Amino acid sequence: MTEATTLTPVLTKHWDAERSWTLATYLKNGGYRGLRAALAMAPADVVTAVKDSGLRGRGGAGFPTGMKWGFLPAPDGGPRYLVINADESEPGTCKDTPLMLASPQQLIEGAVITSYAIGCDHAFIYVRGELLHVYRRLLNAVAEAKAAGYVGENILGTGLNLEITVHAGAGAYICGEETALLDSLEGRRGQPRLKPPFPAVAGLYARPTVVNNVESIASVPAILEGGADWFKSMGTERSTGPGLFSLSGHVTRPGQYEAPLGITLRELLDMAGGVREGHELKFWTPGGSSTPIFTAEHLDVPLDYESVGKAGSMLGTRALQIFDETTSVVRAVARWTEFYKHESCGKCTPCREGTFWLDQIFQRIVAGKGTSQDIDTLLDLCDNILGRAFCALGDGATSPVTSAIQYFRDEFEAGTHTPADVLFPPERSSLFTYTPRRRAGQLAGVHA
Amino acid sequence: MSVESTPSTEGAAVRRSAYDDATRARLDADATQVVARYPEARSALLPLLHLVQSEDGYVSPAGIAFCAQTLGLSTAEVSAVATFYTQYKRRPNGEYTVGVCTNTLCAVMGGDAIWEELSDHLGVGNDETTPDGAITLERVECNAACDYAPVVMVNWEFFDNQTPASAVETVDRLRAGEAVAPTRGAASVCSFKAMSRVLAGFPDGRADEGVGAGEATTRGTVLARERGWTAPPFPAADQAQPSDQVKGS
Repeated sequence: MTEATTLTPVLTKHWDAERSWTLATYLKNGGYRGLRAALAMAPADVVTAVKDSGLRGRGGAGFPTGMKWGFLPAPDGGPRYLVINADESEPGTCKDTPLMLASPQQLIEGAVITSYAIGCDHAFIYVRGELLHVYRRLLNAVAEAKAAGYVGENILGTGLNLEITVHAGAGAYICGEETALLDSLEGRRGQPRLKPPFPAVAGLYARPTVVNNVESIASVPAILEGGADWFKSMGTERSTGPGLFSLSGHVTRPGQYEAPLGITLRELLDMAGGVREGHELKFWTPGGSSTPIFTAEHLDVPLDYESVGKAGSMLGTRALQIFDETTSVVRAVARWTEFYKHESCGKCTPCREGTFWLDQIFQRIVAGKGTSQDIDTLLDLCDNILGRAFCALGDGATSPVTSAIQYFRDEFEAGTHTPADVLFPPERSSLFTYTPRRRAGQLAGVHA
Repeated sequence: MSVESTPSTEGAAVRRSAYDDATRARLDADATQVVARYPEARSALLPLLHLVQSEDGYVSPAGIAFCAQTLGLSTAEVSAVATFYTQYKRRPNGEYTVGVCTNTLCAVMGGDAIWEELSDHLGVGNDETTPDGAITLERVECNAACDYAPVVMVNWEFFDNQTPASAVETVDRLRAGEAVAPTRGAASVCSFKAMSRVLAGFPDGRADEGVGAGEATTRGTVLARERGWTAPPFPAADQAQPSDQVKGS
């Protein structure tokens, strides 16, 4: 991009409207025009439009959405399902939650269009159970859409039927993995399934199923209203359209910024008032904790799938967690590692055992009691998890570890003699002033 | 429901291995509605476990038996699922689950300090309940509100941009039986049991309470309007792009 990139509000355009979550507000601002446009087309043409738009899955993996729909086998008379992944849990990721709170009808409209395109008459929204008010808003949005004839039987007089069930999870990061989500939705422990068969062939109840992220589905109505070319007029050639960029951490004005893919962190930070006053950027995640960390040298990497990949990370969920120079990278990665250990579902050995041992070693290094072999052991463990785990959770667990050692090896070496909270007193990183009560590497909340 | 009445109710629940007839009939009616939402009955298990928690304040032996009988599963199958998910409690939960996000981003921004303060103030550790049955304190994982860090969740409602002092004030007010409003959520935090009933899919009529978005959520929206930044207009259609006229300037 040669000229300065600006924000391009599409999803976020009316998030600050009065009672933004209601159907009335949504309709006043152009809601359900995408559905009307879609219903005037043949279902296969809707799939083609989304394929042509280049929309790639907004849940992290970036798989082309229209292509995913196209993988469904030909109808055999049995049911086909749409399952929307609203289990937003990747550390740093906070985009689908505000979308569903502020404007749930975008998701409902997208669900109706997608269901029409793939020939589905029962769609599910799997929302994590730790989002009480989001769940209320979604239940309400479905009820409102049903009462107005956008969901239910004979939608807008077309003969189309669609039931939408909003399903609350119960606390498990792994359920964001699409096959674990399906097992959970079937009333089981949320553990990933062997692929193939992929959900498109044998998904929910072993029937053809499309699983898409909230933001992906919510992006569909505008594509149908504006057309594939309109969508492609934003972003880069292979990373099209606008996306939600979520800035958090040591940034002056954290929040949601909707911009074309390919914008840089430098540009976004400029919009968000920069790193907090008096401090400088140390490291950041481009797309959540499962994406290898970046440093200040990556400020100008275009945030699209290709460029971020080329620079050694992944675009992921565009969860830009910003940490300044007061932050101990060892403490940060240790905490993420604890998270992966806690959330590992236990199905496969590399992830279950590997995250356990990563955590053990990190506890030592954080306390300044690391051994001279610990860095090598960490890397060796990561090597035995990455590519050998059953699903992406294990792979993701290694990303922050290997990238942090790559950029900040000296901090890990310091962990052989000095506790992380002595090197980097946590009260300097905090957004408020306080006097710490515990010191010398003791992790908060870990009682002897 | 008062805080004071909670322990005795739950103490009775601990020893109960089956529901009395009236309770069972009521739960059966609810379960019928839950099962009807799904093409296959077993999908109802997660909401039914939330329903059990709305009755007993945790996943009780009676609740496990109820789920098993309703869905034609063994109690072992139900227990296997219940123990997988962190929101299902194996011991009576407090009236309010107070969860401090101690995942990396919130922890670094001050979540660890909030955790220490609350743990010391309440005299309980992770997943422990105060003696009065009011508060179950938890360290929670990322709850998708990082732009409001540090975050505390009370019965899974958002308390944004917290400090140790604000978190202590919140728990003190909860223990005093006051109505406490989350930052983004219903007008007041409901009880653990009431929350569990919503999570079972029974609306409590509070969806229209609270804000649509907090300040961080709309920062991009507001900035774009200030600077006159817009997405390219939709190609001219039969309607005159009214969506662009609503807030063009």
